[in-house]
Amino acid sequence: MAKNYVSTIINGESAEFLCEPQQTLLDVLRDVIGLTGSKEGCASGDCGACSVLIDGTLVCSCLVLGVEAEGKSITTVEGIADGEKLHPVQQKFLEHAALQCGFCTPGLIVASKALLDANPNPTETEARYWLAGNLCRCTGYDKVIRAVMDAAAVMRGEAS
Amino acid sequence: MPGLTYSAPTSVDDAVKLLAGSSGLAKVLSGGTDLLVQMRSGRLKPELIVDTKKIPGIMEIREEGGGFVIGAATPGAVVEAHAGMNKAWPGVVEALDLIGSTQVQGRCSLAGNLCNASPAADSVPALYAAAATAVIVGSKGRREVPVEQVPTAPGRTSLAKDEFILEFKLPPRPARSGDAYLRFIPRTEMDIAVVGCGISVTIDDKGVCTAARCSLGAVAPTVLLVKEMADALIGHTLDDATLAALDKAAQAACKPINDKRGTIEYRTKIAGVLARRVAKIAFDRASGKTVKAH
Repeated sequence: MAKNYVSTIINGESAEFLCEPQQTLLDVLRDVIGLTGSKEGCASGDCGACSVLIDGTLVCSCLVLGVEAEGKSITTVEGIADGEKLHPVQQKFLEHAALQCGFCTPGLIVASKALLDANPNPTETEARYWLAGNLCRCTGYDKVIRAVMDAAAVMRGEAS
Repeated sequence: MPGLTYSAPTSVDDAVKLLAGSSGLAKVLSGGTDLLVQMRSGRLKPELIVDTKKIPGIMEIREEGGGFVIGAATPGAVVEAHAGMNKAWPGVVEALDLIGSTQVQGRCSLAGNLCNASPAADSVPALYAAAATAVIVGSKGRREVPVEQVPTAPGRTSLAKDEFILEFKLPPRPARSGDAYLRFIPRTEMDIAVVGCGISVTIDDKGVCTAARCSLGAVAPTVLLVKEMADALIGHTLDDATLAALDKAAQAACKPINDKRGTIEYRTKIAGVLARRVAKIAFDRASGKTVKAH
């Protein structure tokens, strides 16, 4: 089967890969590039574990073809921290213990970052609706929401 | 298994040629939030995918002749961020916004929602109520049809093999007009409509309805445009008698199935209740009130 050549930017660095046309961006990230932070939960766009940003827009990478990454800029959970320094969302997920098994966490981190980029001062209701496409079996969401609201306060300079 | 070919043409002509020249199943890709799921499950095995998103204008909204032209593949999130659309067509915007999660909103499109041809598609009743038209392109040229002529049965459309939707047109809005869409689901987010209802009205300075279009989703094999519901509104203010007539007309139009989301009796009753609620929001908006439906 003929493979497609794709030139893209992943987490700020140029990347090139070959993929089959039916391969999803998630498959490419995990199996071709070797970035296994994004997870496959449902492969149907329901669980959000594969969330990434494409040119800043939050999407499920299981619902994007790898070939569609051509010319785009992709941010995965591996690109959220600034080197060794965790993003406030990551730091607050740790402090609030907003995870147990961790499978949904990469998607929640990416989706929460996208929320705070778009809306630095969300209400709890807005945060809950924004994250409705990220399913978590462990936490009951409460700690997740506390972490996101706290991270928002940190990013606004109102908390540390 | 024959190989799959992906192509992202940069012009309408190239896209049409690719679709016309395909010997097997060819699918148009907009946001892919239905197509990729159907491919993954094995329900669809296309030989060719034509990604239309590189065609100029297909991801944009422009104001034209007093109305709006929405590129077929414009993601939901882009439409929802458009101030002019929110002001003129809040019902269309809120209906599109109900599709899926934030992640899905980054990709899902009006054309995909219409051409997936689910009777429960959220944006479709709102488009019917809005009297939107679809600009369809193909080997024989371009044609513009009312959106309600596109879906023909669950998963089926009136588009020929070499055709796809390039854009949607929403007509200019007369003064004192308003639209709204509600769906009923047993939870608050991330579910498929048990019933959906879209209504668009124009009223005069005394609150009497002078024009109306009403539609129902998930109560028949396709979304329905229900003239009898519009007839119940036109010539009347939205008093109790009008609401009762609207409720009755909505229920009479239902031809639902029993499934895990609801029984025939339940869906029929809910259609009437939703129609009342949607009409109130549409009339309020037409009278200049800002109403949040969700």
